[in-house]
Order: sequence, then C-alpha cells, then structure tokens
Amino acid sequence: MALKGLDIFKLTPKTNCKECGNPTCMAFAMKVAQGAIAVEKCPHMSADAIAQLSEATAPPMKTIKVGTGASEHTLGGETVLYRHEKTFVSRSLFAVDVTENADEKIAELEKIDYDRIGERMYVEALNVECKDAAAFADTVKKLSEKDRLLILDVKDAAAAEAALEICAAKKPVLNGATPENYAQFVEIAKKYGVVLGVSAPDLDTLYDTTAAIEKLGYKDLVLDVTGASMKDAFTNAVEVRRAALKANDRTFGYPSIVNVAKLAGGDQYMQTALATLFVVKYGSIIIMDGMTYGQALPLYGLRQNIFTDPQKPMKVEPGIYPLNGADENSVCVTTVDFALTYFVVSGELERSGVPCNFLISDAGGYSVLTAWAAGKFSAGSIAKFIKEHGVEDKIKSRKLVIPGKAAVLKGELEERLPGWTIVVAPNEATGLVKFMKESI
Amino acid sequence: MSFKRNPQVFSGSIKEVTIGNGANAVTIGGIKTMPLYSFDAPAKHKVAIGVEISDLGVDRSLPGLAAYYEGAETLAQIAERASKMPGADFVVLALEGADPNGENRSVEDCVAEAKEVFEAIDRPLAIIGSKNVEKDTKLFSALAEALQGKNVLLVSAREENYKTLGASVVMAYGNKLSAESAVDINLAKQLNVLLTQMGIQPEAFVMNVGSAAAGYGYDYVASTLDRVRSAALSQNDVMLQMPIITPVASEAWAVKEAVVSEEDIPEWGSRESRGINMEVCTAAAVIAGGSDAVLLMHPQSVATISGMIAGLK
Repeated sequence: MALKGLDIFKLTPKTNCKECGNPTCMAFAMKVAQGAIAVEKCPHMSADAIAQLSEATAPPMKTIKVGTGASEHTLGGETVLYRHEKTFVSRSLFAVDVTENADEKIAELEKIDYDRIGERMYVEALNVECKDAAAFADTVKKLSEKDRLLILDVKDAAAAEAALEICAAKKPVLNGATPENYAQFVEIAKKYGVVLGVSAPDLDTLYDTTAAIEKLGYKDLVLDVTGASMKDAFTNAVEVRRAALKANDRTFGYPSIVNVAKLAGGDQYMQTALATLFVVKYGSIIIMDGMTYGQALPLYGLRQNIFTDPQKPMKVEPGIYPLNGADENSVCVTTVDFALTYFVVSGELERSGVPCNFLISDAGGYSVLTAWAAGKFSAGSIAKFIKEHGVEDKIKSRKLVIPGKAAVLKGELEERLPGWTIVVAPNEATGLVKFMKESI
Repeated sequence: MSFKRNPQVFSGSIKEVTIGNGANAVTIGGIKTMPLYSFDAPAKHKVAIGVEISDLGVDRSLPGLAAYYEGAETLAQIAERASKMPGADFVVLALEGADPNGENRSVEDCVAEAKEVFEAIDRPLAIIGSKNVEKDTKLFSALAEALQGKNVLLVSAREENYKTLGASVVMAYGNKLSAESAVDINLAKQLNVLLTQMGIQPEAFVMNVGSAAAGYGYDYVASTLDRVRSAALSQNDVMLQMPIITPVASEAWAVKEAVVSEEDIPEWGSRESRGINMEVCTAAAVIAGGSDAVLLMHPQSVATISGMIAGLK
C-alpha cells in the first residue's frame, strides 16, 4: 500500500536539518510519498524505518540494467500506463534472433545503424536459443565479440552455465527460468550476476514462479510474456504491466520480453505489426526474426515518438541540409527546428524534386507560429543563423524562401540581409510541391 | 497468493455505427474495454478494414499492387477487385482527381465515378474527398444526394463545413459522416458537440481524430487516441463515444520512406516493402490506440492487419 506523506513524516527525525536537500522534513516526506526521491536520502532515519519505508515507497516497477559498456541498457522503471500522464522512461529494445544463420543475419542487421533526431537507431540486442548445446555455445562465443546485448534463451542448466562461462562479463539476459527449473537458475543467475528471464505456460504460473524466485532473494528479473499465441502474448504484456502500475502488485513489477518471431512465424509484415503492438503496449525487449531497413524505418520512428517526453518538443539539429542534390547555387529554404515541421516540410521539398538548401535555425523546438509569437523565429534569428553558419560563404544563391505563416518577416529580413531576395512560401506544406516547381 | 486479475470493463461504451445496407453492412464500435483488451470482455465488433482505391487509378509502379489489380482497368473493375480483397470489410473511394490543385474534376464527374463504384461492389462504401474544404462541401452534398439512403460514409466534415454537411449528408439524404479534427481531444469533442446540437444522432457519424505516419509526429496521435478512448470509457463522456476511423494509407504512402525510389537509396531496399511496413506499422499502432476502422491500400497490409485483428480477437 502506498503511504501518505504524513505517515512518512512521522518516521523522519523532524529536525529540518536539510541534509537531504529539502528545506523541511515535511517537504522531504511529501516527495518520498510521490516517489520523487528515495527514502535513503535522509541520513538520520533509523534502519528500521528505512526498511519499512523503502518497501512501501519502492517504485511499482523495477528498473533493471542489462548489458555493459556501449551495450548497457535500462529496462522498466515505468510509472504510468499512458504516455500523456508522464513520460515513458525506458524505450523498448529491439532484438534479432540469430539462432540459425547467425553470420548472415548479423551481417544483415549491422547495416542498420543510423541517426534520427539525435538518437542512434540500430538493433540493440541479439537473441540465441539453445536447441543443441554445442551449437549454442559456438554461437554464444561468436556473439560475445559483438557490441550488443545478448539474450540467452536456454532452459538447460548445464548449457546455460557453459554459455555464461563465455559471456557473463557482457551481462547478458539469461532467459531460462521456468516453473520446473527456477531454483537452479536462480543459483546460476546469482553466481554469474546476470538478469534472469522467467517464463511459464500461463499468467498464473508466471506469477507464482516469479513470487517463488523473489522468495529466494533474487529480484533482477525480466518476465517473458510470449505465450502460445499473439493473443496470449498481448494479454500477458498488458496484464503484467497493469497489475504492476495500477494494482500496485510488485510481483509483476518487472520489465517484459516478448518474442514476436515465435508468434509470427517467418511473416515479416506480421512481425512488424506485432512489434508495433508491443512498442505501444508494454514490451521492454522485442525479439524479431530479422530486421530489414523497411521494418526499421517505421518501427524506430514509432518508438521515438512513443518514448519522447510529451512536454518537450522534439527538435532537429540546426544546420544546412542540402536536399535533392542541392549545390551552392541552389535556393535556400528555411523553417523552424520543430521535428514535425522539419519532417513534413523536408518531405514535401523532396517530393518537389527541386534542389534546395534547407536552413534550420534554433527556434526552441516550436512550430512556426508559436516560435514566431515567442520571438524565437524572427528576422533577427534567421539573419543571425545565416551569419553564424557562414551561409553566405557556403552558398552563392541569394534567394531565401520563408514559411507563409511567417510572411510578416519579409520586410525586416530584406533590411537585415542586403542582397537577398525573400520569397514567401504557401501557408501549408501541402502547397510546397507546386510552389517549388512553379515559382522557384 | 495467486495472481488477481483486475479486468477493466467500463459502464460507458463506444457507440455503434453501421455503414452499408443489408447482408454486407458493417458495424463498428460497441466496445466496452480499452482497445484490443478482449481478455477483459469480448469485443462486440471487430476492427474493420476499408480498402482504399483512387479515382486516379492504381499505382502500377508497385509490383505487388499491380499484380493484385491486373486486368482491372476501369474504375468499376478496380472497385470490384478491391471489394474481393481477403480481409476487406468495405471499399473506400478516394476522389483525388477532385483536388482543385490537381486535375480539378467537376462535381458531376466525381458523382458519376462514385455511382459507378457503388454499383460495382457488394460491400459498403466510404468516400474520401479532395481535402479542399470548399470543394468537398459541394462534392459531399452532391454525393449524398446521388447516393441517398445508401448509407455510405463520407470522409470528412471539418469545423468549417460541418453545418452544411451535417444537414445535407446525414439529415437530408440519410448517409453517414466522419468528423475530422486535428489531433486534439478538445477539438474532436467540440466538433462532436456541434454536430450533436444540430440534432444529428451519435449513431450517424464517426470521428477521424487525425493521423500521422509512424515517426512523423505520431506521438500526438498516440496520446490523442489514448485520451479520447479513456475519456469515452472511464469518464463515460458521451461526446467522445463515437467510433474512430483512421485513414492510414494516405499518410503512410506519402512519407519519404515510402516515396524514395530504390535507385536513390539502394540500402533501403524495395519501395513497395518499405511502404507496406510503414502502412502496417501505422495501422497496428492506431488500432492499439483505439481506432475502430482503418483505411488501407495494399493487399499485403490488409492481409497482415486482418490477421492481427483475428489473432487478438
């Protein structure tokens, strides 16, 4: 049960010593109650009180760290079921199953590695299933040289230990505990210090097995929600997350892992559909049979949208973006750095086929009208960008297209940028193709 | 202690809206749970799929699409083929030729095209306009009159023309209307309130709360869908209980990922496959968010999404 601020306050020393960084013990207690600060921040609380409180105020869903170095990732730690309530904190990871044809598949997935609005997009994890102990160990050896998170899908204790002897230092996920073998797998996970994946034939057994593992003192877990059918998997993913966040049932307060490759067979498009489903609803690690560029582009774009902070607009890096093979003689087009505006406008400019230099200045990540109203997209800011980025040295064209909604800037821009011709584009991006073809 | 389930079945439910008449009519809505949560309570109607065709013809530069429509040359033949697509529930005619910035086909020509399509299919029909408010106001009124009582769905009325269209499409000619708003729960609700105040029954219209392709501001769409569905069910807000339809094809096939040719970016692979993935991803996302119907173009996308819907039933 969640404790109220007042209950927590009673357990504080009530000295207002400020050592926790809060002005009063009351303020500290209120923050602990909201989950904004850990109770351990108070240096003067008795061990008893801390034990009592940390149990009651622990976040409903554990934050689990997997992998090491560049392939270290954080899973879970979510506090809400819907992204408009509060930002989702740990984006879903994509994994590719490389049990068969490992070399071929790895070569294929390594091609996908690109930047989208400041985020590196690549396949973060590799999954390998143990079908034959020797082959499994071979593949694990190969994968341990890769800079990616490993997921070991293995239910056999001996094979699991052999694999961990090779790759434990990489902090893989040992996805192996079942209702039958969990005691043994807890020992293995403890010995090698890795996160343990738990699976069971149904939700009730998964719950009981997880509870039993917690009793053995191990809480570095992820729950494999895959199940026998896509309906089972979706049901499990939702029930587990909902139990943790809505019903405060901590036994299910762990990240999830879902193998859509097993659910969709070899159907690439069904895997895209199911991966989408689990990005939107509660999949922490999503295992696919492969990842083509065609799948990566929408899936990573979607993930970026779902896991972005709803209160912070997504921004693109200010700079000069040449489109359609633009050179120094191509016209300049400018707009704000709000990611959505950038994508919509650059898409239309590309469709027009007219070479142009797309100038993006820092406008605070707002849309055109908002940025203009806030003074962040003005004749001054555009002129400053052109000076600071050396546009006049890099580009010979002296024609600048500005958004229709910022048409009022034309006069002042002409004053600030002597020698430039300022052209006003249509109000809506949809008019750009025609405009670029006919008026530029 | 064993696992205690907490199913969320709400007292509020999504209204039911039917398009088409007779044996092939399709009803959407009627849901009492969060989207696809059939484990909480069975869904009364499954998510429906509309197959979109354009009056400008089939994009035969996509080999899979061209193969599906092979031999279908006239608009009527294309429509008939679309209506037989496995997984299709209704046919959607996009009157792209009506666009004043494009071919600017006359209202009379468009009405003739729509009638031709209607006659050629034995499934319900939805019609997307030119997306130009002025043109669509005239166009939809004329279409509704020509297809009086056929229970077709016209996509979409907006804040600027809801009055005219509510009066003509629904009240005068007994067809269905979709109310389009720009990815904002308050705008969606406002338009529903306005239409309802005209005396239009909630069973006579659906919402299009806006859409975006995956990666293209889909964050706003996701949260709008989440909020609309939460308000409709958990707060029993009757002004947000209309079913939601989402045009997916027009968004998904228009973004860079689905437009750039393979020659330009070879490592991205086949354009058709990219477009299908974008369409499938966007459709699966809006269905998970609460869309009661999606409008798709490619037979592969229709097959995949109908498979997913069936698999989650």
